[in-house]
Amino acid sequence: MPTAILASGLNASGPETAVFWILAPIAVIFALGMVFSRHTVHAALMLGGVMLILAVFYAAQDAPFLAFVQVIVYTGAVMMLFLFVLMLVGVDTKDSLVETLRGQRFAGVVAAIGFLLLLFTGIVNAGIHGSKGLHAVNFADDQPARGVENAGGNVYQIAKLLFDRYVFAFEATSALLITAALGAMVLAHRQRHTPKLTQRELMQQRFKFGTHPAPLPGPGVYARHNAVDTPALLPDGSPSPLSVSLSVELVSQKHGRAPRPAELGSSAAAHHPASGKGQSE
Amino acid sequence: MTHAALHAAATLTPTMHTTGAFSFTWLLVVIPLTSATVLLLGGRRTNSWGHLLGVAAPVASFVLGLILFAQLIGKPASERSFDNHLFSWTFVGNFKAPANFQIDPLSISFVLLITGVGSLIHVYSVGYMAHDPGRRRFFAYMNLFVSAMLLLVLADNYLALYVGWEGVGLASYLLIGFWYHKPSARTAATKAFVVNRVGDFGLSLAVMLMFATFGSFTFTNVFGAAGSADHATMTAIGLLLLLGACAKSAQVPLQSWLGDAMEGPTPVSALIHAATMVTAGVYLVARSAPIFNVTPTARLAVTVVGAVTLLFGAIIGCAKDDIKKALAASTMSQIGYMMLAVGLGPAGYAFGIAHLLTHGFFKAGLFLGAGSVMHGMNDEVDMRRFGGLGKYMPWTFATFGLGYLAIIGFPGLSGWFTKDAIIEAAYHKGGTSGYLLGSAALVGVVLTAYYMTRVMLMTFFGEKRWAEDAHPHESPEVMKWPMVILAIGSVGLGYLLVLGSRFADFLAPVVGKAEDTAFKPIGLVGILTFVVMLAGIGVAYLQYGRRRVPAVAPVAGPLVVAARHDLLGDAFNESVFMRPGQYLTRLLVFFDYRGIDGFVNGFAAFIGGTSSRFRRVQTGFVRSYALSMFGGAVVLVAALLLVRG
Amino acid sequence: MSPTFYLYLSAILFTIGTLGVLLRRNAIVVFMCIELMLNATNLALVTFSRINGTLDGQVMAFFVMVVAAAEVVVGLAIIVSVFRTRRSASVDDANLLKY
Repeated sequence: MPTAILASGLNASGPETAVFWILAPIAVIFALGMVFSRHTVHAALMLGGVMLILAVFYAAQDAPFLAFVQVIVYTGAVMMLFLFVLMLVGVDTKDSLVETLRGQRFAGVVAAIGFLLLLFTGIVNAGIHGSKGLHAVNFADDQPARGVENAGGNVYQIAKLLFDRYVFAFEATSALLITAALGAMVLAHRQRHTPKLTQRELMQQRFKFGTHPAPLPGPGVYARHNAVDTPALLPDGSPSPLSVSLSVELVSQKHGRAPRPAELGSSAAAHHPASGKGQSE
Repeated sequence: MTHAALHAAATLTPTMHTTGAFSFTWLLVVIPLTSATVLLLGGRRTNSWGHLLGVAAPVASFVLGLILFAQLIGKPASERSFDNHLFSWTFVGNFKAPANFQIDPLSISFVLLITGVGSLIHVYSVGYMAHDPGRRRFFAYMNLFVSAMLLLVLADNYLALYVGWEGVGLASYLLIGFWYHKPSARTAATKAFVVNRVGDFGLSLAVMLMFATFGSFTFTNVFGAAGSADHATMTAIGLLLLLGACAKSAQVPLQSWLGDAMEGPTPVSALIHAATMVTAGVYLVARSAPIFNVTPTARLAVTVVGAVTLLFGAIIGCAKDDIKKALAASTMSQIGYMMLAVGLGPAGYAFGIAHLLTHGFFKAGLFLGAGSVMHGMNDEVDMRRFGGLGKYMPWTFATFGLGYLAIIGFPGLSGWFTKDAIIEAAYHKGGTSGYLLGSAALVGVVLTAYYMTRVMLMTFFGEKRWAEDAHPHESPEVMKWPMVILAIGSVGLGYLLVLGSRFADFLAPVVGKAEDTAFKPIGLVGILTFVVMLAGIGVAYLQYGRRRVPAVAPVAGPLVVAARHDLLGDAFNESVFMRPGQYLTRLLVFFDYRGIDGFVNGFAAFIGGTSSRFRRVQTGFVRSYALSMFGGAVVLVAALLLVRG
Repeated sequence: MSPTFYLYLSAILFTIGTLGVLLRRNAIVVFMCIELMLNATNLALVTFSRINGTLDGQVMAFFVMVVAAAEVVVGLAIIVSVFRTRRSASVDDANLLKY
């Protein structure tokens, strides 16, 4: 039912035109912004925007199934993957937009404009006037006899095509996906150069150096917050530096934060939400 | 005799297939060849008995040759040609080259000369080379020489003849350069080989031309079709054959190698001059009689070459002080007589071959005599340091003297029979050319008498002019007897061959026969010849018999100086062929370096240079590559749009 | 409204994506641009489907999505491993394969 609403709601010529002319410029702006933004995360977000707008356009063109797939697969999975890798690689630095290859920018822009003009020429030459529309196809073999509401519809028809005419291609994609998953694992796999220490060896190591044989302190008895950068309080009320990971400490310092333990030395812990906000930047 | 009749004469003799003794013809060639192979491959093991095997092989061939000869004259004249088919050498399409041997009067004459005189020289060599460390190798080469020469004369087609021809060239190269530790011997060997290559070139072209014209190499096919072939082609073949003959027989203009060939051991010189090498050219012309019969032009060229050479050699002979070189020049001159004779056509073939046979005997005798003198005089060759040797070497003196009388054509000896016949035949040719050729031959007689008398007087008469350590002595028996046998041949062979035109009749089935071949000793020409010969002897006697012979060659006029230097043959070759050749080579080398290499290298450098510039396009920046891909895509889309309109 | 406008939009987005591939150095951004190009083609395919009145274009777009997903997985894995060894995600830094 929702697909029908989406399809029929936007398909009427008037609203569709309005939606197109509102969203299309935004998509172009987002796309340009993605290309020219110095911050990678911004680029990723703008790409997500474009993808969402495209999802709307799919829905407007009698492709509700693809519209949802677009949202789920692209904005959901693919964009998440992108952001994940961004985080892995590091998000701090901004890209320089200064061109290092001589003539690359000029030639690229000229070629792009030429290509665009050629594509426009091609589209004009194609002489497309109007469209047949998919409403008839989507609801071609409506089968009320089955007693299923909307037994026809876009998803049903695509499924029919996918598992009938394109079934071998579909099976091939499964092989492709498995191969891709395996390839990703192989590529991302890190070879161990030293044998993994057993628990016994770890224990021996701890006692050998003798600095801190026991496990590192947890949040502590009097902790009022469980954020990772909030040190535990010792029984005497003083914060335990050991309870905060060194890397978290370093990130905090880099972002201009005062050392947490000093701040937390007072019992007033009302500012903690602010510290969490600083992390997510 | 008309041409048609000549062909009839040449082709009347059908070639019989071999039966009986004639099926062993191939053994004539194979026996010495096997001996040479054994001696060469056997190495030091055969040192002790190698020379015996080396002598046995030609003797065996000679005995077999005698048997074949006896069988042959037992047949009627029209059946005296036997073909001994051995195996098919090469068969490719029309190209048929069978390994066949042919026995007929001409080839058996040569077989007997080669093996007979060759055997005597081999026997002599046993003594002459007794103290040479390379005696076994020497006999191996000698056997190879004999074998190659036998192959040459026994072949029934021009291709097999060519194999023998090249074999003779190889063996002569090996023997002239036998003492290869001497630079002069090496140079002489190379010179002989190179000059012979010029002739080989002519012969090979002639053979190719024959195959192109007649589609065959065999004597039967070529001679059978010779009359019907294009006249110009036949003349070309004849002249090319003459070029080959000139080189092998040391005729002008390819005479220069013969004098230097004296660098080999003396028996080699005897073999080359008497039996094997230089007679090959005369044989070639005589064998190709049906070809020369149809081209008067080529025949005239042969006679001119012969006449020029006989004078050329005689003049050189007059000025040489080296006994071997004087004899070598005399050979050149005598072969000139033979060429002149065979160039005369049917009138002269028999006389030419007869003179070749007698010359084989007396020239071998003279060379062996010279070798004997050298043997006794510590290998001295300068006649100005001989003198008065007659008393010390009576056998050598006697045999050498008989050879001397034979070569100058003293009446009654073999040279007289054969040489006078040639002179007479030359006059008999008629016309201006006949007169000129005959006169040249007559002048040759004066010169021959002069220089041979000079050799004789300077060597065996007069006072001693020896070096201090010279102790002249007679040669051992093994060297003496061959000389004696050769001397007997020198005396009697001419009588046997010429009188009653026996030999001419014998050869007639092969080379044809002129009507008038009877030898008339007491004609006008005969008397004239005798007179001028006496004149030559007299001049020489006045100059060398009556006066003291100076120990150093006196200062002389330009002609004598030129003659001492082989009538400037080497200088001519050097200035006309060698120097321009060198300049041409230099030019070609220059052109090769600058032109061809320059172009190739320049092109390579151009490609390399542009490549190293274009290489810069491969920046390693993936974005540049992406840009070029994108540019390509743009072009493709544009092309698509253009094509689709 | 005429579906042609979608095609124009698709062309513009595709070209922008190309431009990004050519001009940006950060491998992740380059990848995003490639995704933008794929999305642009998907839009064109969906539009063609609508114009022709058949669903094959949509199926094709579906397959493109699958392939794009696979490509992203492998591509990002490559970027991660390159970054791990070179400490850089710039495509210009990986330029050893040259003249």
